[in-house]
Amino acid sequence: MHAETTAVTSATDRKAAATAVFKDMEREPGVPKPDPILTVDNVVRRFGGLTAVDVKHVEVQRGSITALIGPNGAGKTTFFNQLTGFDTADSGTWTFNGKAMNGVPAHKVARRGMVRTFQLTKALSRLTVLENMRLGAQHQKGENFWRALVPGAWRRQEAEITERAEELLARFKLDAKRDDFAGSLSGGQRKLLEMARALMVEPELVMLDEPMAGVNPALTQSLLGHVKDLREQGMTVLFVEHDMDMVRDISDWVIVMAQGAVIAEGPPSTIMSDERVIDAYLGAHHDAPLSEGELEEQLHDAEAALEAEIEEETQK
Amino acid sequence: MDWITIFSTTIKSAVGVETVLYALAAIGINIHFGYTGLLNFGQAAFMAVAGYGLAVTVTVIGLPFWVGIAVGLVAAAILALLMGIPTLHLRADYLAIVTIAVAEIIRLLFRSVAFKDIFGGSDGQRGFSGGFQALNPFPEGEYGFNLGPIPIFFAHWQLWVMVVGWLLIALCCFIVFLLMKSPWGRVLKAIREDEDAVRSLGKNVFSYKMQSLVLGGVIGCLGGFIYGLAYGSVQPDVFGTETTFYLYTMVILGGAARVLGPVVGSMIFWVLLVLLNGTLSEAVAAGVITFIDTSQAGALRYVFVGLGLILLLVFRPQGIFGDKREIAIDAR
Repeated sequence: MHAETTAVTSATDRKAAATAVFKDMEREPGVPKPDPILTVDNVVRRFGGLTAVDVKHVEVQRGSITALIGPNGAGKTTFFNQLTGFDTADSGTWTFNGKAMNGVPAHKVARRGMVRTFQLTKALSRLTVLENMRLGAQHQKGENFWRALVPGAWRRQEAEITERAEELLARFKLDAKRDDFAGSLSGGQRKLLEMARALMVEPELVMLDEPMAGVNPALTQSLLGHVKDLREQGMTVLFVEHDMDMVRDISDWVIVMAQGAVIAEGPPSTIMSDERVIDAYLGAHHDAPLSEGELEEQLHDAEAALEAEIEEETQK
Repeated sequence: MDWITIFSTTIKSAVGVETVLYALAAIGINIHFGYTGLLNFGQAAFMAVAGYGLAVTVTVIGLPFWVGIAVGLVAAAILALLMGIPTLHLRADYLAIVTIAVAEIIRLLFRSVAFKDIFGGSDGQRGFSGGFQALNPFPEGEYGFNLGPIPIFFAHWQLWVMVVGWLLIALCCFIVFLLMKSPWGRVLKAIREDEDAVRSLGKNVFSYKMQSLVLGGVIGCLGGFIYGLAYGSVQPDVFGTETTFYLYTMVILGGAARVLGPVVGSMIFWVLLVLLNGTLSEAVAAGVITFIDTSQAGALRYVFVGLGLILLLVFRPQGIFGDKREIAIDAR
């Protein structure tokens, strides 16, 4: 009973601490944070003529839950891919825990404590749930070819890993499924498995790409609880999400992207009333009719373009 | 019709030299395709460089038999690196294209006129198995027994190759068993399912794929040695692409990603092929079948092999040892 009370207080402490940090923070894109775990500078990614990502500066506060939102095609997932080494940025630098991470391959990013999940869940279908979990553990002796041939060299470590995996599975309520193929799980259970598997890596920063996409409402609550739980355990969470209810519910800070750039930051309670965010989601003129002057200007532009075209035709 | 001969050759083929050499190469394919999901369509090239490595070292350079074996093994490992370095960073289908091309390049090099002095052109090389047969502990003669009226006998030199071959198969299967039970094998199987997920969990996917390619290639090259030693010769056209496709047939027949799958697959493949060939050519000779001649009978058996494979994929896609649940997951 006593232990439970302390756990609850420490949980509220973490939430309170995160809220306190962001209390009087400015709403400008790239606003400095007191203790950033991830700092990004001038990351650019172009696909041919399309600039998918062009982020000038952004910081992610340690120990907080930060949401990354933005309309479709804003470059959120591409930005994720840059940071985690799944795609190479055209230019830019970013540091994780003060160490430069640009150009680091994906598997080394994960080893340094920055682990991601995917928008389209990547459960390893023909491995059992337990094998999926075991795969996440780092520094496995049995993953070396020569040591793998000598079962005695890795059995003990495997037992420890299994124990840790089973604890996590119990927490995520997947323990009944441990010996089933991951491919036989439902969509929501796969999301849970992917998150649990990422935790096997023992990350400092967990990056979730749309953790709620395609999950039924009953499971959403449980997933939300797990995400909050990550912060209570001292991890930092950065996640991409479309569902604003969820963002409001769990995030401490929101970063908004549009057309590849960070356009605004702010607390979840007020971010959606920010002018720049509304413009990005709904367009600048969504609620005001065009004024007479603007209408005339548009008409003028169109006529000028038409005339230029006619002139071009006649010159041929 | 001479049923005694038909049954005798059929039963012998279940454990014979061809079964042995194809089983070894198929174990390699099973590591590539069954466990890691690598589409290596150039397994015949691994067999070829091993067979030719041995042959050229012994006959042309004149070095002892063991040096030839070492040269063949090293050649197979280097070939795996050469195939893997440019392609393993890319999608799986690129590896398939490169391996099939490399296998053809190697075959054409071995049969080219320009290198006739070294590789012997389309006739290949012969006369390099003396060192191996000198180690033969079996005195000259025929070994075997009569199964009722059916004689099952092997010549002493054949028996020696078979004993060595089956020991190699046992060793390779044991190694595969150990590896695939270990965390190392778990990473390979995970790569087969989804590379990016494995990367996101901190594993160096390229390194594991390369290890798999080298291991499967080196095990496959043992099949090339067995071919060279059993027949006392190597010819380039033995190592054509159809050899690789037979290997895939065997792996799927036995059950991919099963330790004994490729061995059983190879046995079934050769038993069926020899039985069909024996029956068809005997039937033609005895005048039971009149619409084809003896040489056509040889070709017709491959038609049946193709038909058999189609039926297998329709009715038992998981192979002999496979798990139906895995296929069901795949179909989702």
